[in-house]
Amino acid sequence: MSYDRAITVFSPDGHLFQVEYAMEAVKKAGATVGVRGTDCVILGVERKAAAQLQDDRTAKKIARIDDHLTVAFAGFTADARVLIEKARVEAQSYRLSCEDAPSVEYIARFIAKTQQGYTQRGGVRPFGVSSMIAGFTDNGKPQLYLTDPGGTYSAWKACAIGGRNEKAVKEYLEKNWVNTLSEVEAKKLVIKSLLEVVDSGSKHMEIAIIKNNSKLEMMKDDDLQEMINEIEKEQEDARKAKEQAQQAALQLEEAR
Amino acid sequence: MDLSFLKDPDAFFGVSATQQQDASSLVPASLLSMTPAFEVPSGLKAHAFMADAAAELEETKAKEDQAAAKSLSDPRYGPSRYVCPSNPAIRYKHGTTTLGFKFSHGVLLAVDSRASMGSYIGSGTVEKVIRISKYLLGTMAGGAADCSFWERQLAFQCRVHELREGKRISVAAASKLLANNVYQYRGMGLSMGTMVAGWDEVTGPALFYVDDEGTRLRGEMFSAGSGSTYAYGVLDNEYKYEMTVEEAVELGKRAIYHATHRDAYSGGTINVFCITEKGWKQYFRGDMNSLHYGQYAEERAAAEAERANKMQVDE
Repeated sequence: MSYDRAITVFSPDGHLFQVEYAMEAVKKAGATVGVRGTDCVILGVERKAAAQLQDDRTAKKIARIDDHLTVAFAGFTADARVLIEKARVEAQSYRLSCEDAPSVEYIARFIAKTQQGYTQRGGVRPFGVSSMIAGFTDNGKPQLYLTDPGGTYSAWKACAIGGRNEKAVKEYLEKNWVNTLSEVEAKKLVIKSLLEVVDSGSKHMEIAIIKNNSKLEMMKDDDLQEMINEIEKEQEDARKAKEQAQQAALQLEEAR
Repeated sequence: MDLSFLKDPDAFFGVSATQQQDASSLVPASLLSMTPAFEVPSGLKAHAFMADAAAELEETKAKEDQAAAKSLSDPRYGPSRYVCPSNPAIRYKHGTTTLGFKFSHGVLLAVDSRASMGSYIGSGTVEKVIRISKYLLGTMAGGAADCSFWERQLAFQCRVHELREGKRISVAAASKLLANNVYQYRGMGLSMGTMVAGWDEVTGPALFYVDDEGTRLRGEMFSAGSGSTYAYGVLDNEYKYEMTVEEAVELGKRAIYHATHRDAYSGGTINVFCITEKGWKQYFRGDMNSLHYGQYAEERAAAEAERANKMQVDE
């Protein structure tokens, strides 16, 4: 008997197949990367090649929930739109009741709670969306939260979802994240990890910079291209230097 | 009940009383059988009687209408019946005096302890300061049940907020919760004029006034209750922001004392609380009469003596 018909049913070995299928859908979406620096959070998303006539500025994967909260999502755009709308309304409701801005953790918890609700009701399917929420605490510390279709949420130093090879990007981040990243270093880390799975060029990615008490800033195409060129040059130089070192070592060997 | 026949006796009797003697000859047989005709003894003056009855009926109806105008449905005389006679728009939140003010070291709350039901003193030992949490206090003015129920409900909501969010609720949010709760019962007869006071972790002391209509005001100084005008008089005269805790306690005590002395609906013991960074603490609890014949009597005597001295010197 197939256990993926109604999501309210567990399989004999404890799976909720619909939730797992939703996570598969997310994995197939465009890559999204988030990195926490010492005083900023950088979000980077893959911009899939749009049709020639489509105005690709209107298909945004990074959205504002409130002045101080930014979200980047991976997965079904339509589902994400619904979730973001719910989160926006909740943020304003919180402001109305508590006369204060909601914390990043509160909104992440709310989005996760909403996603979980759709896994425990009849007649609905889970959201095919994982979201990355970025913001700052009251005392100025950057925060990055990740939610998934199952309804779990947790804080991350750096994370990646979706893309051609999610595992590769995650490994790259694990190898290269340090807790002393400046804004420039964090930007470069995001771009470099995206370049693992995305074609090079500023038209294939979009970078958002979130700083404390400032408006969300999207990196301009020119600046982005410049940084990509810089990175590629660094990588090229590093490769050349390595080659030369190898050659020198070989020559030494032969000389003996 | 249709009493219109009183205005037209002929319709009721079927036959005019004056035409009693020739009844059968005047009225056709068919009509006679339909209408309720009966013999009216002569000399009864049926018409006059009916007219009197009709007039009396109208008078009673007019009186009832007047009484109805003073009932619960009239907003001027609603649940809070203690209105200022010269200006009914001023509705006292029942017999009580409560006050609160912010100063350099925190928030001070002072209250009396009398509960009155009209001219009957129901209790002289009511606790009008309600402990919402370790750092939040609420005062009671108006309906005792309404105040204590809703502020206990608020305590419950504040605690859940603390557990859920992992940090203390702000005074702004707590007072908003209370105001939103009572707003849902607007117009249904709640009577509550309360102050929510506390110390926020980041923004320091805060004081809000919340009442049964849903009013919610942030402020530096409030007084609620029938004795509030007396309290304001003393407070406005002697308040300054820079005060020690002892000075503030004395000011709150004095303001309530004067209100209890003059307002019939305030009295009993005076309770003074102060909320500082570390939370709330009760600083004074004393019977108003002991103060009247004790500390303030001494003060009055001292003032009198000084006046006498001055007069002697002037002479």
